[in-house]
Order: sequence, then C-alpha cells, then structure tokens
Amino acid sequence: MIKAMGTDAHVLVLAGGLSYEREVSLRSGRRVLHALRAAGLSAEMRDADVSLLPTLREDPPSAVLIALHGATGEDGSLRGVLDLCDVPYVGCDARVSRLAWDKPSAKSMLREAGIPTPDWVALPHDRFSELGAVAVLDRITSRLGLPLMVKPAQGGSGLGAAVVKDEAALPAAMVGCFGYDSTALVERYVTGTSIAASIVDLGDGPQALPLVEIVPRNGVYDYAARYTAGLTTWHTPARLTAEVASRVSETALAAHKALGLRDLSRVDLIVDSADEPHVLGVNVAPGMTETSLLPLAVEAAGLDFGAMLATLVERAVARTH
Amino acid sequence: MTGTTQDDYTDRYARRVRGMTTSEIRALFAVASRPEVVSLAGGSPYIAALPLDAVGDMLSRLAAEHGTTSLQYGIGQGTVDLRERICEVMSLSGIDASPDDVVVTVGGQQALDLIARLFLDPGDVVLAEGPTYVGALGVFQAAQAQVQHVAMDADGMIPAALSEAIDEVARSGRRAKFLYTIPTYQNPAGVTLTDARREEVLDICERAGLLVVEDDPYSMLSFAGDAPRPLRARRREGVFYVSTFSKTFAPGLRVGWVLAPHAVREKLVMATEANILCPSAFAQAAVAQYLATMPWQEQIKTYREVYRERRDALLDAMRDLMPSGTTWTEPEGGLFVWATLPDGLDSKAMMPRAIAARVAYVPGTGFYADSTGTGNMRLNFSFSAPDRLREGVRRLAGVMGEELALRAVFGPTGQTRQRRRGAAGADAPGPDLA
Repeated sequence: MIKAMGTDAHVLVLAGGLSYEREVSLRSGRRVLHALRAAGLSAEMRDADVSLLPTLREDPPSAVLIALHGATGEDGSLRGVLDLCDVPYVGCDARVSRLAWDKPSAKSMLREAGIPTPDWVALPHDRFSELGAVAVLDRITSRLGLPLMVKPAQGGSGLGAAVVKDEAALPAAMVGCFGYDSTALVERYVTGTSIAASIVDLGDGPQALPLVEIVPRNGVYDYAARYTAGLTTWHTPARLTAEVASRVSETALAAHKALGLRDLSRVDLIVDSADEPHVLGVNVAPGMTETSLLPLAVEAAGLDFGAMLATLVERAVARTH
Repeated sequence: MTGTTQDDYTDRYARRVRGMTTSEIRALFAVASRPEVVSLAGGSPYIAALPLDAVGDMLSRLAAEHGTTSLQYGIGQGTVDLRERICEVMSLSGIDASPDDVVVTVGGQQALDLIARLFLDPGDVVLAEGPTYVGALGVFQAAQAQVQHVAMDADGMIPAALSEAIDEVARSGRRAKFLYTIPTYQNPAGVTLTDARREEVLDICERAGLLVVEDDPYSMLSFAGDAPRPLRARRREGVFYVSTFSKTFAPGLRVGWVLAPHAVREKLVMATEANILCPSAFAQAAVAQYLATMPWQEQIKTYREVYRERRDALLDAMRDLMPSGTTWTEPEGGLFVWATLPDGLDSKAMMPRAIAARVAYVPGTGFYADSTGTGNMRLNFSFSAPDRLREGVRRLAGVMGEELALRAVFGPTGQTRQRRRGAAGADAPGPDLA
C-alpha cells in the first residue's frame, strides 16, 4: 500500500491556522502526524502561513492531509490553492467543501435530497438592524417555536452556539453568535440522542463506521464539554436498536453522498423520540483529537487509525495519476 | 457497551482539581500567538532589549568554568551569594533585610504558592485587590481559599473598602488570613497605592491581625521618578515581600524570592524543599553573575525608556481612537493599562470578534475570583513596538464600534454565561503568550 506511493512518499499535515479552532487543529494535527508515522509514512506538520506556498513549490509533498479546522481548512479556499499548486489532498474538493462548510447551504441541499434536517432560518446581522430585531426575532420564534438552537452559519466546535429555551434569552444568544460570524443560523431544536456518524471511503465506496452517541455531563455539548476529557461520555456503538442504528447510518451516508463528499466526513445527527434521525450538519475536516468522534469510531470499527489515514493518502495520490 | 469519557481518572481527582476545564477564551488565545495578531494580551517583558551576546558569553562561562557547582544540586533556601545580592537590590527600595530571611523561589509565583501552603486552610479567606493578578488567584484557588476583593481607584486600594471587607469576612464567621496586594503599578490595573494610603493600609491590617503579602515585581519599572517605598520598607513585622527578576532581567530564568518575617523563614525553607527540593543552581548563578558583572541598573533604565515610549504610544492611540464612553488608567510604570468599556459592552463576548480583527486582549473576568470584570480589559504595552500598539488600538476600536452597533440593534442582553467561581485562569492566556 505504502510502496505504491513510492518509497519517498511524504505527507504534509496542515494544522494551526488563524481560525478560532487553532488550538483544536494543532491537537488534531499532532495526533494525525503521530498515527501516520506509526503507520510507517514519512510525515511532517506545519502551519498554513506565508511560508506554505514556497515550501509546496520547492519540496512538494506526495499529498496533504488537512487537519485545519475552521474557515481555512473547511471553506474550500485552501483546497482551491492546493489545486492551483497541483498538490493532492485527502478529502473533498474546493467546491463541495465550500457548500458543506456553510451550514445553510448544506441544509438546503440536504432538504432538496429529501434528507431530514431541522427547520431553520439564516440571517445576517444587518438584516436585524434593517428590519428591527424585535420584529424579526418575534417572527422566528412564532414560526420555529422554542427551544431554538442558535449557531454561526459557518464555524465549528460549538463556538458561538447556544440553546435558547426562553424567548428573553434569544437576543443574548444572537449577539454571542454574531461575535463569531456575520450570519446566524437559527434552527428548531430537536430533543433527542446526539449521534456522530463517521463516513470513510477506503476504496469500496463510502461506509459508515460505528455510531458514536454523545452524552455531555451538563447536557450541553459546548466547547469545554468537547475538549475536556471527563466532561462527556461517548458510547460507541451508540445505544440504539440495530434497526434504528441502521437507519441513522443510512441517513448519514445519504447526506455524505448528497453533498458530494469524498474520502472521509463526519455527519452530526439527532435521533428524536420517535427514533427518526435529523441531520444537523457535516464536517469535511473532522476533529482528530484525543476526544474527537471520528477516531473513536475508527477504533470501534477495529481499524488502525494510522493505516486508515495511510489508505486515504494513497487514494489522494492515486487521483493525480 | 459501556461509554468512555476519555479520562479514566475522573473519579480519583482531588477536590481542588474539579472544575478545571478548557475554555473558549483559552482557545481564542491560541490564535493570538500568530504574528498577524497584535497581541495586547500577554505580559512578556521586551527581552530583545537585553545584551544577548554578552549574556550568552556569561552563561557559557558559568557552565564551562563553574559547572561543578552551577549544574549541581543546591540548598533549598537558595545560594548565599544570590541572597546577599537580592538584599542589595532590595536596599535600593529602602528595604533593610538579612540574607538569612530571604528564600529564593522559582519566580514570584512559587513564593505565592509557598505562602499559601503555609497559611491557607480550605475555606480561609484571602483579601486581594479587585482586579488582581490571575496567577495569584490560581494559587489561592488551588489552596481552596476564598478571595474577597477590595476595590481600587486611581490611588490604588481604597482603605475604607479594605476595612469594610475585613468586617464583612468577620461577620460571615470566616477567617481572613492575609491581604495579597500589588501596591505598585498593579497588575492588571496599572495603578499605584499612594504614600498616605500605604500607611493606612498597614495600620488597618495591623489592627485586624491580618498578614500582608506584598507582591512587587514592577516597582523598578517607573517612568517618572521613583515609586513610593514598598510596604516592607515601612514595616518589618507581618509583611511578606515577594519579588522577581522576571521583569528586571529575564523571566526565562524563573528566579524570584520571598523576604519573610524571621520566625517564618525556616518553615518556608522546609516547604520549598518539599515542593521543589531546591531552586535551579544554574539560574541562581546566572542571576548572581549578571548582577555582579553586568550593568543591570543601566539595563533597567533601558527597559523603562522602552516601556515609557510604548505606554505613551498606547495611551495616545487610545485617546485618538477609542469610542466615547471608554475610560482607562494611566500607569506611571509597569506593563499594563486597565480599560473600562462603554456601557453594555462585554469584553469576553467581544473576544472572537477581536480575534477575527487580529487583535487580542485579556477580558477583565480573568482577574476576578467571581465573574465580574465583563466591562473591563487588560492591555499590555511592554512587548509590541509603538506602531504595532497603535494598530492594535485601531483594530480594537473598530471591534468595539461594531459590537456597540450590534448591541444597539438587540438592546440590553444581560451578562454572558457565568464562569465557575475561582476558575479565573480559564479567561486568561498561559504565560507563554507575548
């Protein structure tokens, strides 16, 4: 497998960046780097900064593995630059990445494909000043009801997100959200079981790995709950009946395909009290930290994390030939 | 089919560790280390102003010529040579001390930790300025003590507020063990306790039987004339004096000290031996050699001049650019300016917007044991060049303007989510951020 890439195959892991998720990205990057080396690959990690392009030109890697979270890694722009440099990378292309990264765009595509996703409205902050915040918020609550989920239209790690149970708390949630992005996604809050479905394509088409069920100790899967070991319990496989788990996996796979994702992705879902799954969003550069969901699923599937990454790298390299 | 928390030790942690979590604010500081960001968030001295070649030669000789002692274990209290020199340094501030009563520590931080170990039982109260040094809050939190803040104004701690706080603690049936104070160029507020108030504060503490822990890292970094004499120069008994070479020489060496009342010295030495065995012999030798052979007082003058120019640049930019309703302190030394935001702005909620605009500061909440301080921020001026400081203020003013406009649209929203009491460190950067 590794020999197919040549003995001088070299993987560049990109991590860090200027996004709010820099710290998480650095943790993901280190984990990925370690796993690739353990799998026998030559790999190094670097930030996406002004020295990146000269390095790509002078010492082009066999492939890039993007562990950058936030805009640079996920909005397609960096992938577009890698395309310009003819450097292959693991994951979906620039166009697909841009659509998946923007939550309202992704939700529209999912709905068109008949995949359930909670009702929503996406509004930039200046629409509130134009039309009057009170009137707009009033319309939102009367249409979508309470509770509501408020989150930045673009972004991850739960940053800027809030569950709003009481109408009076909505303005503060909007202000908190607009700190992170100029557009807010306000979504009907679905009560149920939080599930992460990791999708990997190792050459036989996309497959869903064992589902991970997320149970935050304080009920909210916020930044601290995601990245402080001990604050969340993850059940792998999720505590669902085989029938429900199968339906959730199928829904996640359908989402992966509908959006045109490639190599790997993570689909986040809620399973409601009627056992129906609802897709909340997808990640094209899923977290790879010690407390991240995709590595848990890989382990539960009995796969070796490094070997899986090596296969994905090999597929990326092969695409260029 | 059991779950995992990715931390098999959850049920075994000591009580004082519970509640230590990562935080969104900490995550945002990670971005501040990139060169694109103007960081007003750190507390780093401008080490580039040191004669690094000469320091390098000195360190090289220390290893080559004195390695058998400088790379060996030392005594817990610290070398006699360095303690004597520390007494010479303190004498410049009017402190009369014997080397016997000095204990060398790993930065001023370990001195605070030793004092906490010696004096604080869980539930004890420490009085401290509000706001105060985040590292001290961390030490007191680890000792499971409660911090009662004492208000300040432009002249430092308000004596009447101190008396009131002492009474309030007594009324609640708790016991206050000591007053922790940074009287000169306070971190984070940048204010200095006046001469008259120094006497008043000492009198109040003496009457109440309250020890005083005086933390004095900045007093040599004055911009106009000398700082008022330290509390320890005015009273020997009941005052612990803590200082460091981090701001006058280099923080990378991690050398500080505590001058303790004679009776306490022995216990401090035993506590430090239990804690770290002995301070680094090499770092102590480096500081002693630096003081003996290099023009260290000239170097402090250089630091003062650099910082005064930078303080002026920061304050000028604030006067020119900050939105109306913003106020700030005007420090006469040290490293920090404390800003108070226009009504309705929340420095913690504004952080992501600031990071997106490539400027960083520390939200005021990082300097209080409770969650107050949302309307404040600390700005550092020691590390960035004057033009960068101005650019930082320009970006910050833009961020504040946008946030004010947004808040005008949504109206009063109340405070952001409350932080767990005592976890101030979650709202402040690590020590490595410049």
